[in-house]
Amino acid sequence: MGTTGLPTNITQGSRTKGGIGESTLRPDGTLKVTGEFAYSSDMWHEDMLWGQILRSTVAHAEIVSIDTAEALATPGVYAVMTYDDLPTDVKHYGLEIRDTPVLAHGKIRHHGEPVAIVAADHPETARRAAAKIKVEYRELPVVTDEASATAPDAVLVHGNRTDHHSGHVPHPNIVHRQPVIRGDVAKARERADVIVEGEYVFGMQDQAFLGPESGLAVPAEDGGVDLYVATQWLHADLGQIAPVLGLPEDKVRMTLAGVGGAFGGREDLSMQIHACLLALRTGKPVKIVFNRFESFFGHVHRHPAKLHYEHGATKDGKLTHLKARIVLDGGAYASSSPAVVGNAASLGAGPYVIEDVDIEALALYTNNPPCGAMRGFGAVQACFAYEAQMDKLAARLGMDPVEFRRINAMSQGAVMPTGQVVDSPAPVAELLRRVKAMPMPPERQWLAAGEAADVRELPGGLSNTTHGEGVVRGVGYAVGIKNVGFSEGFDDYSTARVRMEVVGGEPVATVHTAMAEVGQGGITVHAQIARTELGVTQVTINPANTQVGSAGSTSASRQTYVTGGAVRNACELVREKVLEMGRRAFGTYHPAWATAELLLEGGKVVTDAGEVLADLVDVLGDEAVEIEEQWRHRPTEPFDLRTGQGFGHVQYSFAAHRAVVEVDTELGMVKVVELACAQDVGKALNPLSVLGQIQGGTTQGLGIAVMEEIVVDPKTAKVRNPSFTDYLIPTILDTPTIPVDVLELADDHAPYGLRGVGEAPTLSSTPAVLAAIRAATGLELNRTPVRPEHLTGTA
Amino acid sequence: MDFLRPASWEEALAAKAEHPTAVPIAGGTDVMVEINFDHRRPEYLLDLNRVGDLYEWEVGEETVRLGASVPYTRIMEHLRPELPGLALASHTVASPQIRNRGGVGGNLGTASPAGDAHPALLAAGARVEVESVRGSRLIPIDDFYTGVKRNALAPDELIRAVHIDKADGPQQYSKVGTRNAMVIAVCAFGLALHPATRTVRTGIGSAAPTPVRARAAEEFLNAALDEGGFWDNGRIITPSVAKQFAELCSAACNPIDDVRGTASYRRHAVGVMARRTLMWTWESYRGNAARTEGAA
Repeated sequence: MGTTGLPTNITQGSRTKGGIGESTLRPDGTLKVTGEFAYSSDMWHEDMLWGQILRSTVAHAEIVSIDTAEALATPGVYAVMTYDDLPTDVKHYGLEIRDTPVLAHGKIRHHGEPVAIVAADHPETARRAAAKIKVEYRELPVVTDEASATAPDAVLVHGNRTDHHSGHVPHPNIVHRQPVIRGDVAKARERADVIVEGEYVFGMQDQAFLGPESGLAVPAEDGGVDLYVATQWLHADLGQIAPVLGLPEDKVRMTLAGVGGAFGGREDLSMQIHACLLALRTGKPVKIVFNRFESFFGHVHRHPAKLHYEHGATKDGKLTHLKARIVLDGGAYASSSPAVVGNAASLGAGPYVIEDVDIEALALYTNNPPCGAMRGFGAVQACFAYEAQMDKLAARLGMDPVEFRRINAMSQGAVMPTGQVVDSPAPVAELLRRVKAMPMPPERQWLAAGEAADVRELPGGLSNTTHGEGVVRGVGYAVGIKNVGFSEGFDDYSTARVRMEVVGGEPVATVHTAMAEVGQGGITVHAQIARTELGVTQVTINPANTQVGSAGSTSASRQTYVTGGAVRNACELVREKVLEMGRRAFGTYHPAWATAELLLEGGKVVTDAGEVLADLVDVLGDEAVEIEEQWRHRPTEPFDLRTGQGFGHVQYSFAAHRAVVEVDTELGMVKVVELACAQDVGKALNPLSVLGQIQGGTTQGLGIAVMEEIVVDPKTAKVRNPSFTDYLIPTILDTPTIPVDVLELADDHAPYGLRGVGEAPTLSSTPAVLAAIRAATGLELNRTPVRPEHLTGTA
Repeated sequence: MDFLRPASWEEALAAKAEHPTAVPIAGGTDVMVEINFDHRRPEYLLDLNRVGDLYEWEVGEETVRLGASVPYTRIMEHLRPELPGLALASHTVASPQIRNRGGVGGNLGTASPAGDAHPALLAAGARVEVESVRGSRLIPIDDFYTGVKRNALAPDELIRAVHIDKADGPQQYSKVGTRNAMVIAVCAFGLALHPATRTVRTGIGSAAPTPVRARAAEEFLNAALDEGGFWDNGRIITPSVAKQFAELCSAACNPIDDVRGTASYRRHAVGVMARRTLMWTWESYRGNAARTEGAA
């Protein structure tokens, strides 16, 4: 066999009906748990070479010279390429603005930027050869924050900008700026009995997916290339890869390889173009796998942010106004910064009714690591700030924080600061009520087993730092609002191809989309939809590739909505065809063929009254019915550049959390005991997957609350902790009990009434934990993550 | 890189004599990380995995002789009564998988100030048995750590075992990390009461260039306990004594600011851990300590 680890068809059968609303199990679940699942890094091809990227050791510099001679002369090395070896005039890529060089040209803009690539017959040979490439840098001063980036004499990260945002930004080191202005804040401020201000800092979070960036490029006889890669959106990759290679898109055939997590970190290209370049240069298959260290430089991170918020309220607890300024650090390249700005601005007021609003959000170009998409996408940073403000306001007014939120909570029919009317359920107050009503974990839970303290239940865990001394409990609440789907007028469609035929005497549906399964459970849901719509048991999910139309991105909580919608739509069209075939063949046998509403159920054509008209096997015979069709949700429109007004978002989703923490107030260590969550999901297509999404999102929010942060040296803009030794993510001992209360209030605009699930729980988890720590310590805590030194006055 | 695989301890000593730059590898939980990330490329690796007696321990009348490669898991499971401080420290090492592979010999060989075993070894007054073709010697733990990631081994010596007196009194160990498991120490503290000699010993990790004892704190506490007749009357240690002990422990630190924590926090946290571990051990000595599950 010439290859291993390449994707194959996944057949999902089930004795149960297995339609929507059931917790059918994931076909990839057992394989992943038992270590048999083939991830992108597991692929192997006969005669393949290994690619290695040489990255910059400095953050901002001119490249004086690159000497590849010694690397090229290394035995086992097949190719060394630099910018000068790129085959066409297209030498940049980017999701929205193509500002990212495939290989650095004359200039380095951030630590770890790709400079050269090597292909060799062994990964170690490739690594050593790359280390032999001599790059001479002339270092430049770095810009690392708003003050240094927008100073009059600031070095421009990108000179001569021509992108579509360059005309309206106040400074060339600002990628994009979006105000959202509604009402009259100055006037509303006069009505306020209390005004609360806060300055908040949000650290740089990493997606920390476990499967590092990897893929395999195989040159084809027709001069094209087959690329197997872990990504979030095959067709967006394709559109950026093909022009750099100088190939038409149909000669770059992409197939999704096994994805080990994504969380936004695979929206941008990583090694795709490099592997293809080396494969086409050497005529051999080339595999690239980043190690963990390189992975920290191989993808964008969540934007760190500085947020200034001013809220006013009347003494009976009604919000009067909001004035906010949100500064996001986009780092050296644009990535999805403009869209993150749009989200932060339009969702910056949170799920509250505030009539007078003045929000400004912007993203900077700096020499820090590039930042882009991560679960929650701009809404996360804002939620951290506005929820801290809600607690401060409640405290100032002497009100219960949940009651204060309830008074101001939006509901269906509310008007967003963008002027958009929220036209589906928005049960903000109800979600808060539900988390508050959940039973509290017992006090001093570390004594639950009896007299003896169980340190695993205490801050510090098995590190044995307290047996109860200094430990204070705190409880905090938060709620958030996230958009679902791509916004601001983006043509956010998906494509599905559905085929129905008889195989082995049984009707079988085949679903083919380009949707990236990154762990969200999309392929499980597609099979459920096909069963529900087509009445079959056996559903085959074809590997995702570019031989079918785009499915859009697996991000923005959108895939069940949009590609799920496309699958449903294609199934309906297939069903119409099948019924048409049935009418032609059997219509004369029963009047119901002409008069009744017909369904496909249990392998049969039935009337809505349940009467069986025919077996699908007989209707289909030897024929196969196949439909490929695009599907779109309702359109959105861009935000006005001056006022931010516009019908910008497709759908909103809401989650609320209650956090219960124990804080060792002397050592500054935190144990999150419980994170209760209530979320409205419209319709749970797969309740088990919904639970997994909510628990996972909640945990990722906990991570940025108490430990996760990429630390960048402000003097050099270099990353100080690119490893899992020093970039900490929660272990199971850090993960609390997460009771979940799921609401299903249908959104009539969405397929099955569903609401995107994946991101909302990441928003409110973080501020709930912070609120609980504030409650336990009495400290203000305006930055996240909170570290022990912040709780002990030793920062 | 040459891979040397001695079948016996004698062969290992001969190999080390012949190749003094050879890096010994047992569990590999530290060395392999360094090699995988290309932080280190030794000319020779000296694999000690075939040297069986490194995985054994003997419990004598007064002392445990602990083979250098005895995994932390074994220490936790089998030597808790004899070596309670080291058993607690073992529990804080990384993950179960790492604890199944790594042993005290690796911690001592690397001599990183962040090694989890060091504070417990210092507090217990361990002696490191090292050997070369020239002969064997016991290095008192107080003389073992000579600088950042440096130890008192000669180039041709290998660590064979650690001799640790069986606990004659309560011992405790605490470690601060920024998550509740699987974390490198921000700082750590070990404390052992030695009623037989009426002394207290300490060990501090990750808060100075090497693991250190808080000698002034020990001397102060020894004197205070002696003066007040505490060892005999078993009275509760007064808060002011505990406070001063804690302050002296903080003062024994010489920490740095790094990505894991600030110097100021390390000093503060060592003080808190010193006070708490003193209270726990003293309560235990007085005979009415609360049992602690999970940790003990």
